[in-house]
Amino acid sequence: MSTNGGESTLAVHGMEQGDTAPGDERVVAHAEYAQGIKGYAIGFVLAVGLTCVSFYMARSSLVWAPSIPIALSVLAMAQMGVHLVFFLHITTGPDNVNNVLALAFGVLIVMLLVFGSLWIMTHLNHMAMPMDQMMKMQR
Amino acid sequence: MNLLGKLSWEAVPFHEPIVMVTSGVVATAITAVLIWVLVKGYFPYIWKEWLSSVDHKKIGVMYIMLAMVMLLRGFSDAILMRSQQALAMNAPGYLPPDHYNQIFTAHGTMMIFFVAMPFVIGLMNFVVPLQLGTRDVAFPTLNSVGFWLTATGALLVNISLFVGEFARTGWLPYPPLSELQYSPGVGVDYYLWALQISGVGTLLSGVNLVTTVLKVRAPGMSYLRMPMFCWTTLASNLLIVAAFPILTATFAMLLLDRYLGFHFFTNDGGGNLMMFMNLIWAWGHPEVYILVLPAFGVFSEVFSTFSRKPLFGYRSMVIATMAICVLAFMVWLHHFFTMGAGGDVNAIFGIATMIIAVPTGVKIFNWLFTMYGGRVVFHTPVLWAIGFVVTFVIGGMTGVLLAVPPADFVLHNSLFLVAHFHNVIIGGVLFGAFAGYTYWFPKAFGFKLHEGIGKAAFWFWIVGFYVAFMPLYWLGLDGMTRRMQHYDVPEWRPWLLVAAFGAVLIAIGIGLQIWQVVYSIRHREELRDLTGDPWDGRSLEWATASPPPLFNFAVLPDVEGEETYWVVKRAARERASLSAEPKYVDIEMPRNSPVGFICAFFATILGFALIWHIWWLVIAAFLGAFATFVVFAWRDEHEEVIPAETVARLDRENRASRSAALARLAASS
Amino acid sequence: MSAVHAAAKGHAHGADLTEAGGHGHAESQRIVVAYGFWIFLISDIIMFAAFFATYAVLTDSTAGGPSGKDLFGIGNVALETAFLLTSSLTCGLAGIGAQARNQKLFYISMAITFVLGAAFLVLELREFAEMIEAGAGPSRSGFLSAFFALIGCHGFHVTAGLLWLLTMMAQVYAKGFRDDILRRMLCFSLFWHTLDIIWVALFSLVYLVGVAQ
Repeated sequence: MSTNGGESTLAVHGMEQGDTAPGDERVVAHAEYAQGIKGYAIGFVLAVGLTCVSFYMARSSLVWAPSIPIALSVLAMAQMGVHLVFFLHITTGPDNVNNVLALAFGVLIVMLLVFGSLWIMTHLNHMAMPMDQMMKMQR
Repeated sequence: MNLLGKLSWEAVPFHEPIVMVTSGVVATAITAVLIWVLVKGYFPYIWKEWLSSVDHKKIGVMYIMLAMVMLLRGFSDAILMRSQQALAMNAPGYLPPDHYNQIFTAHGTMMIFFVAMPFVIGLMNFVVPLQLGTRDVAFPTLNSVGFWLTATGALLVNISLFVGEFARTGWLPYPPLSELQYSPGVGVDYYLWALQISGVGTLLSGVNLVTTVLKVRAPGMSYLRMPMFCWTTLASNLLIVAAFPILTATFAMLLLDRYLGFHFFTNDGGGNLMMFMNLIWAWGHPEVYILVLPAFGVFSEVFSTFSRKPLFGYRSMVIATMAICVLAFMVWLHHFFTMGAGGDVNAIFGIATMIIAVPTGVKIFNWLFTMYGGRVVFHTPVLWAIGFVVTFVIGGMTGVLLAVPPADFVLHNSLFLVAHFHNVIIGGVLFGAFAGYTYWFPKAFGFKLHEGIGKAAFWFWIVGFYVAFMPLYWLGLDGMTRRMQHYDVPEWRPWLLVAAFGAVLIAIGIGLQIWQVVYSIRHREELRDLTGDPWDGRSLEWATASPPPLFNFAVLPDVEGEETYWVVKRAARERASLSAEPKYVDIEMPRNSPVGFICAFFATILGFALIWHIWWLVIAAFLGAFATFVVFAWRDEHEEVIPAETVARLDRENRASRSAALARLAASS
Repeated sequence: MSAVHAAAKGHAHGADLTEAGGHGHAESQRIVVAYGFWIFLISDIIMFAAFFATYAVLTDSTAGGPSGKDLFGIGNVALETAFLLTSSLTCGLAGIGAQARNQKLFYISMAITFVLGAAFLVLELREFAEMIEAGAGPSRSGFLSAFFALIGCHGFHVTAGLLWLLTMMAQVYAKGFRDDILRRMLCFSLFWHTLDIIWVALFSLVYLVGVAQ
């Protein structure tokens, strides 16, 4: 029968089997240098690659111009994924469920806020009285 | 370079008698209290046990005390407004427009940010660790910091009455009125800095409670074994974490406009003032769900305890709560249908607004079904709960009416709107706060509140509410706009007189609540809660003594199913004896720390200096706050040990009371 | 309370209860602290989203003044990106050093991270100064207000991060690799990496989209 009597009892963790703290990596927890460094190195190389493609894409004429913002968004999302996986060690394992859910919730709100605002403001701006008409009414 | 920035003796409103008299009274009262505390030697106790406390129970109590004091302040503004409107038919009334505008702004700001928020946060802070079977929230010291920053915000708003002025923009400072060109004084700055500072405190609270509910629970307490109040706490605090950053950003933009000449919301330079409305309501709508969800949680607890039945439809309640949490972020445009986004946009948000009424309806039905078939005991908390069901349903229905854009075009910013939101906030949030306050008061202080006075207070409140606000619905339909300092339509006057009378009834209700506390303290021995379980409760907080010891539970409970405490209690009653004494061990608890109080001290100075443009003081205060954190970070001992003997002694006292109660129960049956 | 506890006696805990699974108290506190900080970071991301939404809405509100295409220097941005991205790598190494209690790896990595972060800030401040001198400061137009606020907010976070970094180095120097210091280090690396993630969004959607118009 386990009790928490003798230890500091504030941090009684949740019921899930061995949750991992966000940002922590199980490999490193056991002081394996090479593995840890390798992860960061791979992430770094991937991120550099994606960055270079983005910078090139913005100025090049290889891609159809109106699609550039979308291409840049996709590359940005890919790179953010690289950071999340290789630098923040966010995985899809059961030990990371809470971490991923929190992130997903945040992403949902960000999407609602950004795209909602853009949609609303575009409509509002479109319907707002043009300046010259407003000026005529001042007389 | 002026050492005092914009501050001078002109900031004190010597020419306004009402303000000067109020200032005099308040200053005298505060001085008297401080002298009393000093003379009686209470200060060391107050410092050690309250100001430096990181105990969630003490912090919860302080939040609620703040809320109640600010309720009096906000309510006095309400009395001023009601009396002005009752008098000002084709007449100027007694409050000049300048003053009146500050009053309704202060009324709304205080009620939302410094009454409703602290009240529900205080209840959640006090109750949740106890219900989860754990010793404290996830970050006790951060909890203290959060409370004191909220208090700082309240203090700054109150200072504005005596030094300077408050905003005249209404409780949400719409540009261009709130921009420097049209509000050149310090009023809007008081508002913005007070809320930025207390907003940080609220965010800290949100992070704390989300982490506590998700990561700090008793062994065996899976998500679906948590009491409903903990679920609503989770949903409400997820909303805090998601919505308050938007408020911070939006106010920061307005501050940048005012202080550094930016063009976010200005008329010229490419500013877009409609963006302010968009962003502020993207915060504002989740805010009202932040307020009401904990109240819903209180009602779940109250209905099930006093019907002597488990909550009906627990799983559907959980789903409804989380649905409300997500949907809360999809309806915000309904606050500005008339700003002109067009039919498509308005229709989508109108429909979404109606959809969000559905999970709330599910909850109402579940509460009713909880009562049905139970043996309901009509204690005061249940009266508040039933009053809530009736009142909130009416308010909700007027909300669904307002959600229809064509109807809103007629009713937006009329008294109909004012009646609607008071209907749901008072009927929902405030009634829930009062129910929770009455329900958990004995747990916090060891004695109940007097029942008779409580019931009287309830009746004055609910009748007063209807008398004060139902006329406003009619007036709104009749065309009266909100925030009117005077008017010339004679038909409106009788209704406003009735509404003023309603405010008087509510004032009596509040007076009765004050008397209830005083009387109950005087007669606390008769009202004593001996066992810790005065209501025959079902969840874990009732397993502790009243008040609980610092460590809450001598040994953390092992949770096996829903309503663990109820199951164990029933077994004990059948056996007519408690189960065996546990093995007591030392308990480590977090050390108290004054870092919250001291940080708030510097934050108050920082806010004041920013408002009055006293730049050297800004830097000094900021350095002071930073230094406080660094000093705190250098602390070596984070915890202190409570020896096993102390734990044993305290637990045995409670066990003895409970055994005696069990024996009395066995003898009487 | 003992009634509840004792009644549960005899209930065998399955292997899914981590107490029995060998996780000590320190590790569980690490999880709680890091998770709480993660939640805070989510809120910070949402705050950036509010500034970002405003920037997106005000991108064309140039009030007759210069636009992104006129102002943004891509070479500068590329350099800033290189600095910040590399600092993420070195921050990761510092984290490994801390966990392994390797003083040399920790201090050197942290120092390099600081230098790279400071270099980023210097470039950014220089960019701001040049723009202001050219009459394209934040009070010129809504677009510029939004730009300065969004990028400035990120820069402000980087500044706070650098102060935190120095404090962490001082704490390790004074108290060694104590458990609570390591928890703070974990929070710091979460913070620093998240700033880089936000920078990815900023350089892609503000600067690169700006010049691609």
